[in-house]
Amino acid sequence: MPETAGSTPSERADHRVEISRDEVRHLADLARIELDDAELDHLAPQLSVILESVASIRDVAADDIPPTSHPLPVVNVFREDVVRPSLTAEEALSGAPLVEGQRFAVPRILGDEQ
Amino acid sequence: MSIPLIQRSGADLAEALAAGETTSVELTRAFLDRIAAVDGAVHGFLHVDAEGALAAARAADERRGKGELASSLDGVPIAVKDVLATTGMPTTCGSRILEGWVPPYDATVVARLRAAGLPILGKTNMDEFAMGSSTEQSAYGPTHNPWDLDRSPGGSGGGSAAAVAAFEAPLAMGTDTGGSIRQPGALTGTVGLKPTYGGISRYGLVAMANSLDQAGPVTRTVLDASLLHEIVAGHDPLDSTSIDQPVPPVVQAARDGAAGNLAGVKIGVVTELGGEGYQPGVQQRFDQAVELLVAAGAEVVQVTCPNLEHALAAYYLIMPSEASSNLARFDAMRYGLRVMPEGVASPSAEEVMRATRDAGFGDEVKRRIIIGTYALSSGYYDAYYGQAQKVRTLIDRDFERAFKKVDVLLSPTSPTTAFKLGEKLDDPLAMYLNDIATIPANLAGLPGMSVPVGVTEEDGLPVGLQVLAPALADDHLYLVGAAAEALLEQQWGGPMLEPDRLDKKLDKVVAR
Repeated sequence: MPETAGSTPSERADHRVEISRDEVRHLADLARIELDDAELDHLAPQLSVILESVASIRDVAADDIPPTSHPLPVVNVFREDVVRPSLTAEEALSGAPLVEGQRFAVPRILGDEQ
Repeated sequence: MSIPLIQRSGADLAEALAAGETTSVELTRAFLDRIAAVDGAVHGFLHVDAEGALAAARAADERRGKGELASSLDGVPIAVKDVLATTGMPTTCGSRILEGWVPPYDATVVARLRAAGLPILGKTNMDEFAMGSSTEQSAYGPTHNPWDLDRSPGGSGGGSAAAVAAFEAPLAMGTDTGGSIRQPGALTGTVGLKPTYGGISRYGLVAMANSLDQAGPVTRTVLDASLLHEIVAGHDPLDSTSIDQPVPPVVQAARDGAAGNLAGVKIGVVTELGGEGYQPGVQQRFDQAVELLVAAGAEVVQVTCPNLEHALAAYYLIMPSEASSNLARFDAMRYGLRVMPEGVASPSAEEVMRATRDAGFGDEVKRRIIIGTYALSSGYYDAYYGQAQKVRTLIDRDFERAFKKVDVLLSPTSPTTAFKLGEKLDDPLAMYLNDIATIPANLAGLPGMSVPVGVTEEDGLPVGLQVLAPALADDHLYLVGAAAEALLEQQWGGPMLEPDRLDKKLDKVVAR
């Protein structure tokens, strides 16, 4: 792929995207997914191929084009501030892995480093 | 000789009920029997609720006895994709992370089906969290295409499409984020429709990509799709993206279209969605369908939408970005799976989350979460997600220009017919290409339909015609879709989908 002269880095026509095992591990970390070595070996090359295939999007000249986040115009929707039927505590807790009293029981949230 | 109940359309079953020829209990049983006979081979269902369906059928029969009808399809059973929340039935989204989860509330679509008196036969198989185009990414095993059990029914809604194609249900609900209703429709010879974004409530539809997801009907006839559409569509205060306008006259349009007269209708064939990369037999059946519409009076022009070239790339950035954010809710705290990490004495919530999400999510879900996390991370946001959103605008504008000239746009629904199970499973890019013709409608929020237009000469497998219309003009799809269906059935001398066209192995399991 030729490089376009004078373009900014994000617009470079350079579609080689190499995403390293370490980067995948970091991203999985951000996404709170534990990946073992075998999964990293399996996923990292696939992710590079996927990213390479979508990287062409950087070259579409669209600087002056407004972004679209949503197909139809989104407006804030309000309702009257009145009480309406909702789930009981029992219903809300019905799928919980662990319940204590009328609450979700969760593992400790503070780590050693905190 | 009368046609067996399971082979009849929803509209015909409603007529049979009205004529007192059958009861809802009898026909619900007929479909449950069919499921018991063939679903071991098809695997369209993840959960069958015989008891619940029969109770709803009894209630429908009682209403009818009193002369009270809840809807045009009261008493006609339906299957529901496992991504729509249902009380009293598990909702797994095809994922281990939600194995056995029974939601405490119904999706609005489900609530409307129940209120309209449709017995729910069960929940249909899907790619995990609707991420896939073959239903092979389901954590509970793939669905098999009833036309050839060694092939995929498409995805993500392969379960709904296969169930309807195999006569296990007359009707089903699907959802479509990039083609998950339409592409399985094409691959199984069924009708599938994605309404205008916001046309059907997303409340209780487990989100993959909010700005793209839309529920819609999966049926064997265009008229059935319109009847179902009318029941589930319309404004819902529980979904802030739901359109607060009357539902387009879809049933009337389907009836008008069936007359086969398209005088004054302008259709555009999208240059970018056909030709190179499309299987010859698919292209051939598409071209023939277009000729038929022209013979029926439609005016046809070639239309170019140059930015569709970038649609796949934009989609595979926007969708995973939204998905990575949406799927953060599966955190092992409030519902779903909780896995304790091995060899950790007192694990933290974060460690439990990591272990759970590793064990609970499959490969494709992990791939998309990681791609989305990457595309949204600082330093890459502008180049990827931001740029994809701009391309979305360009695609919108292409469609806007096109719809100034024509009423509907046409293309093949899928570039190929049904492919073999396993063929594309470990090649994400090859899998993604299945949706090249369906994705643009999701990006632009347009309604789209797939209608069967025959089988190819080379493999004898079904081909779908995709019809796209401007936002809010869903009725255009029904007009043109019903016309294509009626004109083709005249040629064929009956419907394309019949039990003797399906995989012969299904006859053997039924006979057993």
